[in-house]
Amino acid sequence: MIEIDWNSFTPGTALAGGLMIGVAATLLLLANGRIAGISGILGTLLRPTRGDIGWRVAFLAGLIGAPSLWLLAGDLPPIQIDASYPMLIVAGLIVGVGTRYGSGCTSGHGVCGISRLSPRSLVATLTFMAAGFATVYLIRHIIGA
Amino acid sequence: MKFSLVSFVSGLLFGFGLMISGLANPDKVLGFLDLAGLWDPSLALVMAGAIGVGLFGFMVAKKRTVTVFGGPLRLPTATQIDKRLVLGSLAFGVGWGLAGFCPGPALVGLGAGEIKALVFTASMVAGMAIFELFERGWFAPGKAAS
Repeated sequence: MIEIDWNSFTPGTALAGGLMIGVAATLLLLANGRIAGISGILGTLLRPTRGDIGWRVAFLAGLIGAPSLWLLAGDLPPIQIDASYPMLIVAGLIVGVGTRYGSGCTSGHGVCGISRLSPRSLVATLTFMAAGFATVYLIRHIIGA
Repeated sequence: MKFSLVSFVSGLLFGFGLMISGLANPDKVLGFLDLAGLWDPSLALVMAGAIGVGLFGFMVAKKRTVTVFGGPLRLPTATQIDKRLVLGSLAFGVGWGLAGFCPGPALVGLGAGEIKALVFTASMVAGMAIFELFERGWFAPGKAAS
């Protein structure tokens, strides 16, 4: 049976942050005609096309600049990264290749694709969620047990 | 210029959303992915909130052919569920589970000055570059680079 971690569960901020992500994606869609898929926005810069660079750089600058602006108002929320450096390098490589090969990540398939009611994105999302659950199970309960 | 400003604001809001929701914190992400341990369901609500707004946004977008500024509205056209989609998503999920980072939160972590997020991001961009080289046929035997 699944045991819920009530001490870590933050329904209010999770929902509020999610709504904000939805607003960000909707803004990019209706004002700029683009899908807010982070892996695509970043990865496509590696094959730059004239006239298709500025908005990507601007979006990424906003994303990367968010913590700095946040700091003007208060302390940053916790960011705890337990993975070792070798693990981060391996994970990063797999995420980089995988998101490009599969044409999207949590944002492009998970948020935008499902919002678009795309069966293709639903399959992608269920696949990477299942792989994520299985990987953490393997690491924490099989290897780490 | 107009589009760059809109994109910047969208990226900023996206980043704030990741930070407020806790999705920018790999420890919290792994708490969601760990079904067999003490499970933190927060991430499901992040997705629910984002998709709730997104459903509305895409409903509006599907009825239009241009953006509110009259520019082209580019909705994805791919519909096929193929080997690339599934294998790529499988790989992404494994990498996500290994470190607790997906692309957006990694970039936010980088912006927060986390060295580990920088290492992950650099490696992720390298992975994306390797994908590009594959796509251009650099690793195909007997095939000249194009």
